[in-house]
Amino acid sequence: MSDARTPLSRFWAEFKENKIALVALVVVVVMILLALFASIISPQNPYDLAKLSLMDSRRPPGFVGSGGYTHLMGTDPQGRDLLSAIFYGLRISIQIGLAAGFVSLTIGTALGITAAYVGGRVEALIMRLVDLQLSFPAILLALVIVALLGQGKAQLISALVAAQYAYFARTAYGAAKAERGKDYIEAALATPLSGSLVVIRHILPNCMPPLIVVATVQIANSISLEATLSFLGLGLPVTEPSLGMLISNGFPYMMSGRYWISVYPGVALIILIVAINVVGDQVRDQFNPRLRK
Amino acid sequence: MLGFIIQRFMQAVLVMVVMSVIVFCGVYAIGNPIDIVIPPEATQEIREEAIRRLGLDRPLYEQYFIFISNLLQGDLGRSFVYNIPVLELIGGRLPATLELVLISVISATFLGVSLGIYAGYRPDGWLAKMIMAVSVLGFSVPSFWVGLILILVFAVNFGWLPAGGRGETVEIWGVAWSFPTLNGLWHIVLPAINLALFKLALMIRLARAGTREIMLTDTIKFARAAGLSEGTILRRHLLKLISIPIITVFGLELGSTLAFAVVTETIFSWPGVGKLIIDSIGVLDRPVMVAYLILVAFLFVTINFVIDLVFALIDPRVRHGVSA
Repeated sequence: MSDARTPLSRFWAEFKENKIALVALVVVVVMILLALFASIISPQNPYDLAKLSLMDSRRPPGFVGSGGYTHLMGTDPQGRDLLSAIFYGLRISIQIGLAAGFVSLTIGTALGITAAYVGGRVEALIMRLVDLQLSFPAILLALVIVALLGQGKAQLISALVAAQYAYFARTAYGAAKAERGKDYIEAALATPLSGSLVVIRHILPNCMPPLIVVATVQIANSISLEATLSFLGLGLPVTEPSLGMLISNGFPYMMSGRYWISVYPGVALIILIVAINVVGDQVRDQFNPRLRK
Repeated sequence: MLGFIIQRFMQAVLVMVVMSVIVFCGVYAIGNPIDIVIPPEATQEIREEAIRRLGLDRPLYEQYFIFISNLLQGDLGRSFVYNIPVLELIGGRLPATLELVLISVISATFLGVSLGIYAGYRPDGWLAKMIMAVSVLGFSVPSFWVGLILILVFAVNFGWLPAGGRGETVEIWGVAWSFPTLNGLWHIVLPAINLALFKLALMIRLARAGTREIMLTDTIKFARAAGLSEGTILRRHLLKLISIPIITVFGLELGSTLAFAVVTETIFSWPGVGKLIIDSIGVLDRPVMVAYLILVAFLFVTINFVIDLVFALIDPRVRHGVSA
């Protein structure tokens, strides 16, 4: 089949056919926009302690607070407007998910391709380590590392990276190993091009499709893992709550029927994670040659 | 074969040594436990006495060797907070975690396999689609969130089930168990559902994939040609053929469920090992943290070692030839 369109536009045309994936993509984009413009669209700056009043704390949705506007989703125990806190929380969650995903992608890919290209002892050492790590549950690793490093954004991202780079390394290794054996790589290596140039220009681009799929799934996983750690009280400091921290803050009040403090941030979190996963599933199906007609 | 076993065994030992160094150094490098153990108004003499008694005045490597030699004698130190041997502390909490994990994994397996077989047997029915939708949710929704919703719906709104604790326990051979009493069983329901959901999703997928594959094979065709009823085919032939990967995953998942129990136990105030470790991290009770991490590492290294051996002993193709 000859197709004059670029691969990207062909990819997009195929993506559009799955309506559910398309909706999910729109949801993801909207949530990223909400996070980006949180400071403009939020009725309140939830980090500005001077704006918060304890008089307004734990009010139900629809309550008109001392700020003179309606709290559409109610307020949390510190008197923060929940809607604003969710926008800002979304920003932190997405930031951490993207940062952890990107760093893991870089480190994991570098390790995986190095192992596949160099071979021998280096390969055995790296892949044995990766396999070993994959046999431990990610949550436990992240928990341990956060416990060791203490609280903070950088520590949390390091923990997530340490827990997740192995998935990228495995994927990159598998893809690079397959490419390494192909004739065009042998041909490229026979030319005076340096080995590293062949890796970067020829092997790396051909490893990207599976890595992109893993990246979408892992970003969703990072966000979920971060929320879990924050919920356990091991994530970020309370002053700049992520979605997980907001849920955790509201948990003690749930028993007395003040459901909104935990439930609304949770709904935002679930929508984000499920939407990213649906998009990731569709991308994976499109990259999978076995499912191609 | 012997060479392979020795090689893997040495690797496992090496991993354990490396883990113990990392965990020990990491845990001992943060915070000052003295501030937690000793009240601020204590005199200088009492402080120094306590530092000496806990061995915190010695260099780190010396502390490590003392720790390792004690460890090899089965002594993991005393908890700073509870002042009882760590092993006793963890051992006391273990039954609560074990009963929760076992109940969750076993019920998830039974239910998941039945639903998965159905979904694979009639893949286009609406019920099959529902089952698969549930399994997708089970994968993507974070488990702590499911726990919260379970509490909100069943404990707060309807008031049907308790939201936390173990309820009444019965002593069997000196160990307290919840499941034999009705009240205790009632307390297990919500945390067990919470913990089981992810495994349920996994089992559904495994069973469904296996069923779809095997229903197309000659075995099933011949069984049908022989006039066996569909029920007999499913029970006697299909179940046997899909059970191998399921048993493997069952073993693997038992370990990782112990890890996830940390989250579930925290939400439902279930007094197991997971809750203990979270509390210990909070108050920097180092001996408990070190002991827990080393025990978990040991558990996983052992599971992996055994799996390596089993896979080496039973070549899957050989096994396949025998069963099919």
